[in-house]
Amino acid sequence: MNETIVEESLHRAGLSDIYEKVRQGKRLSPEDGIRLYETADICSLGFLANLVREEKNGDYTYYIYNQHINYSNVCTNLCKFCAFGKEDGQPGAYCMSLEEIVSKVEERLDEPIREVHIVGGIHPELPYSYYIDMLREIKRVRPELHIQAFTCVEIAHIAKMGGKSIEEALLELKEAGLGSIPGGGAEVFSPRIRERLCPEKLPGSQWLEVAKTAHRLGIKSNATMLYGHIETIEERIEHMKALREAQDETGGFMCFIPLAFHPKNTSLEDVAPTSGIDDIKNIAVSRLMLDNFPHIKAYWVMLGPKVAQLALSFGADDMDGTVLEEKITHMAGGETSQALSNREIEYLISSAGRIPVERDTLYNVIKVIS
Amino acid sequence: MVKKIIEKACSGQRIDANEAACLYNEADLYTLGQLAQKKRFEKNPKPIVTYVIDRNINYTNVCISGCKFCAYYSAPEKPEGFVLSFEELGKKIEETKALGGTQILLQGGLHPDLPLSFYEEMVRFIKGFDIHCHGFSPPEIIHFSNISGLDIRQVLERLIDAGLDSIPGGGAEILVDRVREQIAPRKATASQWLDVMEAAHALGLRTTATMMFGHIESLEDRIEHLKRLRELQDRTGGFTAFIPWPFQPGNTSIRCRSATAHEYLKVLAISRIFLDNFDNIQASWVTQGYKVAQMALFFGANDFGSTMIEENVVAAAGVSHRLSEADIQRHIKDAGFEPRQRLMDYTLVG
Repeated sequence: MNETIVEESLHRAGLSDIYEKVRQGKRLSPEDGIRLYETADICSLGFLANLVREEKNGDYTYYIYNQHINYSNVCTNLCKFCAFGKEDGQPGAYCMSLEEIVSKVEERLDEPIREVHIVGGIHPELPYSYYIDMLREIKRVRPELHIQAFTCVEIAHIAKMGGKSIEEALLELKEAGLGSIPGGGAEVFSPRIRERLCPEKLPGSQWLEVAKTAHRLGIKSNATMLYGHIETIEERIEHMKALREAQDETGGFMCFIPLAFHPKNTSLEDVAPTSGIDDIKNIAVSRLMLDNFPHIKAYWVMLGPKVAQLALSFGADDMDGTVLEEKITHMAGGETSQALSNREIEYLISSAGRIPVERDTLYNVIKVIS
Repeated sequence: MVKKIIEKACSGQRIDANEAACLYNEADLYTLGQLAQKKRFEKNPKPIVTYVIDRNINYTNVCISGCKFCAYYSAPEKPEGFVLSFEELGKKIEETKALGGTQILLQGGLHPDLPLSFYEEMVRFIKGFDIHCHGFSPPEIIHFSNISGLDIRQVLERLIDAGLDSIPGGGAEILVDRVREQIAPRKATASQWLDVMEAAHALGLRTTATMMFGHIESLEDRIEHLKRLRELQDRTGGFTAFIPWPFQPGNTSIRCRSATAHEYLKVLAISRIFLDNFDNIQASWVTQGYKVAQMALFFGANDFGSTMIEENVVAAAGVSHRLSEADIQRHIKDAGFEPRQRLMDYTLVG
């Protein structure tokens, strides 16, 4: 009997054929993806995902020293899964002036921040120049800072406000200082889901068009998936398949980030929060399906540090960052703290038997912590 | 080396302390998990995960032990000290029964002034409600022996006579005296803790066993702890379950980082593999949260613990999670198992 207990378990779980494909570096089919979601053998799933993770990234586990700015929560989309967006004029609605945004950056000039991560609502009135000036002003006070800003949904809106094509807007934003695009707003691409939860939002096909246009202009981006509301497993797999195809075309995605839905304070409050098993499965299945994505992120703000740490053994190779002043998850009852220090993140990574690596936005290694 | 140990464990042979350490250090997480699950399903073949509905009642926080890892106790001269009145106790029991509760987990500090008769009366009072009384960890029993001048066996007989049904496994911390001297110098020694359990088992009481890890102890200390439990269990068979949990350093005088979720799953798996004479291993949602507790069900745990209803000791260290019975059932189902309510001795309810 030369089979190890791990192989024996894979066999018993009916996953031997997928194991074979993974070993040979073959692409998994949507049906394979569904079987992986449906397996009851979490350790086998983790083992498979880890093969891909180690093939791509070894033991390296990345994090970034970053700062989050949510410039406004005023939003015309008002998606049902969101506890952050408010109508203009509603109590609690806010919009930062450019001075406020700049002072947020200036306040922390003494810290070795590599990236500022900027996301906001779909504001009905802010002019095109607000976004351009925001980037220019931040670059003025901190020229070396990488600005990862504006989801594909915001980019489409900004272009519309300026009366520009997506391509024109992206070029001008890039010129003003845009470094890369965050992965938000993807939700689940399925029109069924968008119809029911976010009918006002940019359709999935257009989200992908914005991302691909950015990639062609040399702007890298990330991709997310919001899971744990009313979507089916098939819809999750469809979502990943669409991303995989787009990535085949452009290669511009850096990282995939499964986001756990937090129901508190949203219109979907009767949906139960995700299970730890579902969180881990989304990390593992995405690692296995998205064979052309270099990185899978365990976003600790949404998962909590404990599950994010476990995710490192189930396919994830990135912990995101130190994240100060994150508002979107916390408005939805996310109970994680506002920031983890670099040392805490490094401890979580090394205690999981991995090597902490501080990175910049584009995954250049800044420091390997041994 | 590690391959041989895995084969040995797979074939149902007992592994020794050195082999357990080697397994912990060298086997990957997936191997540990699969090995632990193999053992788990050998002991409990059905995909059932059990839980108990009980209330954790702390009758006093006044304590002369002053353990360095504890954020709950109040030294006797401090104003925050309380002793629960029977009236309040009765109210808490009524509430527990109304929630379908089957037992009271009764634990408290080592109060310098209360006589043994107080505890006997308290147990009699609880038994008046016709509910299982799971009470007094070994350090409390030893304390009662000290204040009454009776020996351990006599104290236990008196409490059994009053209605005590079983004993919780608290106060074990790490069953290595070198560690205990540093973190709990005034608490029972390792042998004393084990002696109380042995005496209790001899008198027909079932008990649980715990381990609080992730402070100053080494891996070898953890395994020594498991070894001493396994030896006693060989002699008595009186332990129903083993419950390891990571030390929560908030508000205590030990400066260290809490053991992480990754370490927790490894310790849990090693416990399941090593404690081949324990039927049940409990996950700790109280310290880890429900998500990690769900993952624990794939690393050897077959029990989700208790609804607690109230929990004061871990909460004092700054960690607070709450779950209702419906939550617990949902979390077990979401992990792919059938939730079943149980009693202290793991008999299924209904």
